[in-house]
Parts: sequence; structure tokens; C-alpha cells
Amino acid sequence: MQIRITLNGRKITEDVSPDLLLLDWVRAHGCYSVKRGCETSNCGLCTVFMEDKPVLSCSVLAVRADGKRIETLEGLRKEAEEFGAFIAGQGAEQCGFCNPGMIMNAIALFRENPEPSEEEIKEYLAGNLCRCSGYEGQLRGIQAFLAYKKGGGIQ
Amino acid sequence: MKTVGKPVIKKDAMALVTGQPVYTDDIAPKDCLIVKVLRSPHANALVKQVVKEGAMRIPGIEAVYTWEDVPGKRFTMAGQTYPEPSPYDRLILDRHMRFVGDPVAIVAGADALCVDQALAALKVEYEVLPAVLDFRKAKDHEVLVHPEEDWRSLCPVGADNRRNLCASGSMEKGDVDKVLADCDVVVSGSYHVQAAQQTMMETFRTFCYIDTYGRLNVVSSTQIVFHVRRILSHALDIPKSMIRAVKPRIGGGFGAKQTVVSEVYPAFVTWMTKKPAKMVFSREETQTASSPRHEMEVSVKIGADKTGNIRAIDVHTLSNTGAYGEHGPTTVGLSGTKSISLYGELDAHRFTYDVVYTNKMSAGAYRGYGATQGIYAVECAVNELAAKLSVDPVKLRLDNMVREGQVMPAYYGETNTSCALDRCLLKVKDMIGWEEKYPCRELGNGKVRSVGLAMGMQSSGISGVDVGSATIKLNEDGIYTLLIGAADMGTGCDTILAQMAAECLDCPVDEVIVSGADTDTSPYDSGSYASSTTYVTGKAVEKACEKLTRQIKERACQILSCSDETLFFDGHQAKDLDTGKTVGLKEIGTASMCGNNVALQVTETHSSPVSPPPFMAGAVEIELDKETGHVEIIDYVAVIDCGTVVNPNLARVQAEGGIAQGIGMALYEKVQYTEDGKLLNNSLMQYKIPTRLDVGKIRVEFESSYEPSGPFGAKSIGEIVINTPAPALTHAIYNATGIWFKELPVTSEKIAMGLLK
Repeated sequence: MQIRITLNGRKITEDVSPDLLLLDWVRAHGCYSVKRGCETSNCGLCTVFMEDKPVLSCSVLAVRADGKRIETLEGLRKEAEEFGAFIAGQGAEQCGFCNPGMIMNAIALFRENPEPSEEEIKEYLAGNLCRCSGYEGQLRGIQAFLAYKKGGGIQ
Repeated sequence: MKTVGKPVIKKDAMALVTGQPVYTDDIAPKDCLIVKVLRSPHANALVKQVVKEGAMRIPGIEAVYTWEDVPGKRFTMAGQTYPEPSPYDRLILDRHMRFVGDPVAIVAGADALCVDQALAALKVEYEVLPAVLDFRKAKDHEVLVHPEEDWRSLCPVGADNRRNLCASGSMEKGDVDKVLADCDVVVSGSYHVQAAQQTMMETFRTFCYIDTYGRLNVVSSTQIVFHVRRILSHALDIPKSMIRAVKPRIGGGFGAKQTVVSEVYPAFVTWMTKKPAKMVFSREETQTASSPRHEMEVSVKIGADKTGNIRAIDVHTLSNTGAYGEHGPTTVGLSGTKSISLYGELDAHRFTYDVVYTNKMSAGAYRGYGATQGIYAVECAVNELAAKLSVDPVKLRLDNMVREGQVMPAYYGETNTSCALDRCLLKVKDMIGWEEKYPCRELGNGKVRSVGLAMGMQSSGISGVDVGSATIKLNEDGIYTLLIGAADMGTGCDTILAQMAAECLDCPVDEVIVSGADTDTSPYDSGSYASSTTYVTGKAVEKACEKLTRQIKERACQILSCSDETLFFDGHQAKDLDTGKTVGLKEIGTASMCGNNVALQVTETHSSPVSPPPFMAGAVEIELDKETGHVEIIDYVAVIDCGTVVNPNLARVQAEGGIAQGIGMALYEKVQYTEDGKLLNNSLMQYKIPTRLDVGKIRVEFESSYEPSGPFGAKSIGEIVINTPAPALTHAIYNATGIWFKELPVTSEKIAMGLLK
């Protein structure tokens, strides 16, 4: 099947197999930030934006993205660096494998709700598993980032 | 100190948070053959025949291998120092299938699609045999998991394959039975810990290729590059000189990757075909055919007099190593040595154990390594003892805990050289509000709030065994390169070791480049396990930097034409105090590359005769719903003595992460088998690790002792942190319900059913 996807701002037209997962398609196009942590849409590692909405790319066929805009962390480098520095500031990135998915979803949260409460943060990111951090360091990083944004982006 | 003790950001942090391609599968060559294995559907069976022809005809298929194609020398996949205590009971592919998931055949092909088709096309004829699935019945069972003649145990660990024994043994001091008979109160119980999964986010994966020199290069998500080289040499029956093992960034390990789980299959394919090959375990494979915690049933007897003086501890552990013996003989030891040793000045103690083979998935190394199981049992029993004596469990522990300066007879007779366990417990008591909250309070809506606590200990490396090494060199711009064979698996050891180097060399951490781990270029290191890296490799870094400083001074003396006595070196500049002449580090580095005979590169190695234990206390407040059995964690507090805290941020996150893992093991993570020996919890849908909504609030503080044998006074932190949640939560659940649950996980269902009785 022929699909047309705008991946991180770049228009790609391609013939793909109807059973190709979006996850495998974006990785084949060099978006290695997108990880597979399970095959059952439980871990959140494969989160990408489809038309600005976070989706689990392991559970979306590439053909479903036909005609749509897909963004991965590679396309959000500035935001990833700005927010990621706060996760790093806590040492909470640890092995890093879950980070891209969590950071994608966190960016989605900040866009949707710029001043989330602790409960709102936990709830929004509940689908992003992490086995290293115990989540506390991620929460501290998120809260420090929100305080920084509220202060006009000055640390 | 300028650098040690500072919350330095991890060297790889920005690469990781921006999603750079730094993990095994990201950097694998695109033309790799895809390697998968066909796995046995039977718990115990002999492969009569594998018909390959249909599979081989599928376009794209490169090779199909069965037991007939692989070398016949048995080996172990356990990443341990040679000679490994784990028995040599594996082949790459065996004719005998010993658990549901044991590999029958290896298939390699151009892409996943053709490989999957080939797997489906393989026709296997099995002779299905009766299986031994209950570990309580395995010893001397008529069904032998390893009946083969060429099974070998290299170390005297009490193994006997004709009895399904992977190890057995005992140790004791004093007459335990006599002392127990003489005690006013004796508490006894058996505690069952399941084979919990490490569940690192990156599953097992490896790619291999042949290099310019015809050597097998193995790039793998592993904690143990040097052991990988040796194990592959045994498995493939090729010289070690023909193998190079390298680790890129690792997406978590927790001990899982201290076993060579995925390496042998692509390594064999590449060695046979001379083509690059890659194997990425699915989550299902990672759940069902890997290296989880050893299931153990730990039986404890604790005796005390009526004043609360603990006099004797008797521990018997039955450990289930599953189908293969990886880490079986060694994990079990910690269940006794690191639980009994929490209590000082016992009149007697005894520790006996059996490690049995069964037809279930084999176990391996998982954070805590047996100590977790033993401490869970002993700490539960101590809490029960406190209840029986009507003594506050904090007081009972303060009266009996091991103290600094005491000799620990159950801990290889080592002296407790650094210990702030008393301060840890007192601080935890304050932090949780023990005085007000113990034992519980009814909220009046069917819910009850209660508290529970436990202590824990671990080790810092394997005494007299683990070897850490560091190479440090000065480069032309006055920057240093630190080469290590230890494996940063997200823990941050690259950064921590660089902090130590920077402290020794009096330079910024940014001026220390870290490179590792690569068997061709790194100095030998046992690898990152057994809580060894900070303590053992850290000391090697310290030694190497001291020696390099001496050599830098020697070169400076040559440049300044002065003697060692008049030279002053501050890390940036060397000065001849007589003449006032100076030379900067940059110049010394540059001068080392012209007409120089003094190598500004040093390798030092360290091994420790002792393994000073870190200590901790943990306490939890829960809200338990008596209608549903649901446990909500309100607050988990932990105070840890890991000696000097080298990097407070990274130590804190280690602790928070370990506690969350411990909470998962205690409350949620189930391991269920069918009657035929098939594991049901084979996905993250079925195996529920905690989300951020399930762990409550975790608060961590440090109470440091100073360990004289450690680098800058440091001990370890990586493993101890998983040891308190199970006993502390079990205690809190008892305080809420009056029921002692003695099997993990303590699910809501078990609590609700318990309350109905």
C-alpha cells in the first residue's frame, strides 16, 4: 500500500506492507528514539505524536498514519533538550530507555495542561513505565521544569 | 571534597533524554541476519527429530540449526568469575528440553517475516516426559532434570545431578537446637518468594559480526563483557582470542544481564555463516526464557528470651534454580549470610540450604541476589517475634541489631568496620512518625492505616573474587581518559568513577573522558554486579590516579630540571619551588608526546579481601481497604548507610528505583504456571510492574558511615535498596489485618480472602 506521511516535517511517500507497524516504520526512517519495551501496549516507550496527539506506535499500523503528521523525539529536539535537562538534573534518566516515550508524553501533557497538579502528572504519565527510577526523580524533574517555565524560563 | 559527594549530571544524560541511537538495536548493522529460536512447548521432553527442509526452502532463510549442529561441550551462562560455581549444564541447543521455552532450533534469515515463517514450518517430534515442577518435591525425585553423563560442577558446592541438586550445604556456630530449646519465645515460619522478573525496559539483545581479523565481535546489552567472552569461547568451543565483547548503552540490567541470555544464538550464527546477525528478545521471551530471581522458600526459627534478647536464628532455604543452574549455588548463600548477620551477638546460628533443579524457567541474578529472599523471611519473623513479645519492633531491633566494630560470624567472620544502621533506624522511625502511627488506626470507613518496617543489608563486591581495574591516561590537552571494564547499565558508574578520578586528579569531571566496556581495550573487570563497581572498581580508579599523578610529577621534574622534593603539583600546574619555574598540565601532556620515555598512562587493579555491608532501614505507611484488600502506599521512607555518598542524586534514584521494584515484588508481580509448566505471566499485561500510581510517595535519606577500605569511604548502594519493601509491607499489612502473609506477592485478593476467613 502506498502511504504519505509527514515525519518530523519531512514528506515521505512509500509503499508499505499493510501489517507494518508505525513503530517499525519510524525506526526504519532513522527515528531510533522510538523504542519497543513490550508488544502489548503496556509500557509507553513507543509513544509518538500523530497529528499532535500521543499514540502508541506499536499499536498503530503505518497505513493508519497515511496522510497524517507524525512526530518523534527527533523532531522535538529543542523541547527534549530543555525538559530533558531537568530529568538529567535529578539523575532520573538512569538507563534512558524509557525516556523518549515518557518525554513525548510529558510534552503532550505540558501542551495540554501547562500547570498540572502532581496527581494530574501521575495520571497522565501512568502508561509510561520505568523500572529504574521509581518515578520520584521523574516527578521532581517535571516539577522543577514547571517551576522554571512558570518563572519565565529562568533557572 | 570538590567532586565526590556532588550531584554531578550523568555523562550520557543528554544523549539519553534526547533519544540518541546509543543502544544495541539502534547501532546494529542494517544487513544483520535476524536470529530467532524455536522454543519447546513441553516442560520435559526429548527431541526425536526436527524436519528442517520446509523451513530451509523459505526464501531468505540462511540457516537452521538444531542440537546436531552445535558443539557438544557443556557450559554455564552465569556471568561469574572462573571457575564458576554454577554447574556446566547447558548446550547452545540440547536434545533434552527442560522447560517450556527451552530452545529447540535457531533460525537465521534476511528478515523477521521469513524467520517467523520458517519457525512455523519446522516440524519437531518430541518424546514428552513427565516433569518435576514442584520445587518442594524435586530433591531425589524420580524424574531427573539433568540425567546426562557430561553434567559438571566445577566447584565444591554440594551439587549432585543424580539427586536434582544444584547445590546444598550448611554453616553454623554454636548449638542452635539447644539454644532454641532454652529460649522463652520461639517464632518460626516459612516464607515463599516467587521468581520475580527484573523487567528492565530493554529486553535481551545482541548483534555480532566478523571483523578485519576474522574475529567474532559481539555487541551486547550486558553487564559482563569479559565473562561474555569466556562463556562464548566455552559455548562455541573457539579460542578466547577470537572473540571481542563490547557493550553500548544498556537499557537496564538489575542482574538479568549478568547471565549470557541472548548472546550465544547470534554468536553461533555469525561464527558459522561469517555474516552479521542480530537477536532481539521479545518481551514474551524475556518473561518466559530468561534469568529471573530464584524462587525460594525460606524457613526461619528465631529464639529470644522474654526481655527481647534475640539468642538464635536458624535459617533453611530451599531454592529453585529451575532447568539450569545459573547463579543457583551462589544466590542461596546470601539468603542466610545477609539475613542472620543483621543481628549481632547471637548465641548460635545455623544456615542450611538445598538448591534444586526443576522443569521451570531457570533463574539467575536479580538485584539483592538471595539476600532479598532471606531478609524478607528473617525480618518478617523478627516482626512476628516483636508482636509475640509485645515489644515495639523498633526497640527489639535497637536492642539486637549488629553494631559497628562487631565481628559477624555468619558473614565470613568479617568485622563490621562501618555501620550506621542504628542511626538509619532511628531516623526512619522519626520520618514515618512511628510513635503516633504504630501499629494502626481505623479510619471508620472500612479502611485502616498502618505502618510496618524492616532492616536490610547487602555486600560491596565479592570478597577475594571480584576484580576491578582502571586505566587512566593523560592526553595532550591536559584531559584524561579513563578506561573501565565495569558496565554502566544506567546506574551512572561511568560518571561516578569519573567523579572519583576528578577528585584524585583535582580536575573537573568534564575533563575525564570515560570509555568502556570493551574486552579488547578495557582493563580486566569482573563486571558490574554484586554491588561491586563503586567499591571495587572505584578503588582501582583511586589507585590508578595516584600513580598517574606520580608519573606526571616525574615528567614535570624532567621538564623543569628539578628534583621531586622541590616540585609542587596542584593538578593544573607543576612548580619548582626553588626556581619558581612552572609548567602547566597541558604542556606536560603535550610534552609526553615528544621525546618522552615516561608513560603517562597507568593501569591499576583492585580486589578486596572484605565486602563491607551497606545497611538500611525502611518503613511504610499504608491504607488498607478491608472490603477489597486493596493496599495503597501512603509513604515509604528509607534511610541508607552506603558509606560516603559519591553522587547523592544517583544514589537517591538507585534507592527510589529499588524500593519501587521491591514494592512490585511485594504486592503486584505474580508468577503463575499452568499444570503443564507453562508460565502465564508472559507479558507486561499479565506481569504487573508498578506504574507511577502504584508506588505512593518514596522518601530517601542517607546516614553515612565511613568505610576505611572503600574509595573515599564509600560502600555500595545498587542492591540493598530492594530488600526492605517486602518485609515492611508484610508487617504493615499484619498491623492492619492481624494476618501474617507468608507468600509474595501479597495481592489484594489474598488479603480480602484472608479477611473473609
